[in-house]
Amino acid sequence: MTGTQFGLAASVFLACSVEGVEALTIVLAVGTTRSWRSALTGVGAALVALAALTAALGPALTALPLDALRLVVGGLLLIFGLQWLRKAILRASGLKAIHDEDAIYEREQASAEAAGLAAGGGIDPYAFTISFKGVLLEGLEVVFIVLTFGANQHDIPLAAAAAAVAVALVSLAGVAVHAPLARVPENTLKFVVGVMLTSFGTFWGAEGAGARWPAGDGALLVIVPCVLAFAISMVLVLRRRVSPRQKQAVHA
Amino acid sequence: MSYVERFLRFLWDFVVGDDWRIAAGVAAALGLTALVSDSSVSAWWVLPLIVATLLAVSVWTVARARR
Repeated sequence: MTGTQFGLAASVFLACSVEGVEALTIVLAVGTTRSWRSALTGVGAALVALAALTAALGPALTALPLDALRLVVGGLLLIFGLQWLRKAILRASGLKAIHDEDAIYEREQASAEAAGLAAGGGIDPYAFTISFKGVLLEGLEVVFIVLTFGANQHDIPLAAAAAAVAVALVSLAGVAVHAPLARVPENTLKFVVGVMLTSFGTFWGAEGAGARWPAGDGALLVIVPCVLAFAISMVLVLRRRVSPRQKQAVHA
Repeated sequence: MSYVERFLRFLWDFVVGDDWRIAAGVAAALGLTALVSDSSVSAWWVLPLIVATLLAVSVWTVARARR
């Protein structure tokens, strides 16, 4: 496996793990409080919708000229990456509340309980819809990451395999502990994923726009550490400036 | 809200997110990179420079607003 392939697999794996944890939290909350059958039917329906979308978009993406693909995909990855990184920096510096799967799980459970019980033994529309929407929205990000990273490196099977391993591991962990995966260092993962998306987005976006990197693919080995160092330095500067009053206001 | 409006809202939230300036800045940066790469000047440095500026401005705006 080359360095670029490893970078591709690691980025897809990390990003898909984060999305998997978020979807799992929603499914566990509605499954536990409402109906497992309805929640899992929602998961199944969302997976079918995602498969159809992937089948439709995959061949179209791979048919695009490489420079056009890199320009569009690089731009989108950069936008996503910068949004992730921005939130991760704000969280790490105490200016935004930490993403807490336990709190989200409890909130989803309370909403599910307040929504009223399903009549009879049929499909519970609330559990089905919440589960379907949660898996579809998080799954869309997984599909986007797999297709864009995979198509750019002409290695969709490797990207799909990394995503499948990530989703399988998260699902197995969820079944094993039967609770939200609060111990997964999700905020740290999001920081790393933000760095990777921003780095790959910068690399592909510039190439798609016609720029040529010194050292070709090797430039990624410089871009990733530079983005990481820049993000960490922003956190360090902000931490020094954030007052205890600001931190209290964020967590209130 | 109609289905079309809801879909457009979803698309906006999915692609643009919390800070529209990031999306606009990235689009402008890619355009500028294309312009510079058409000239005789090397263009690889344009995007990283603008990306770093966009990130810093976006984060600093939130930090200043929370003071």
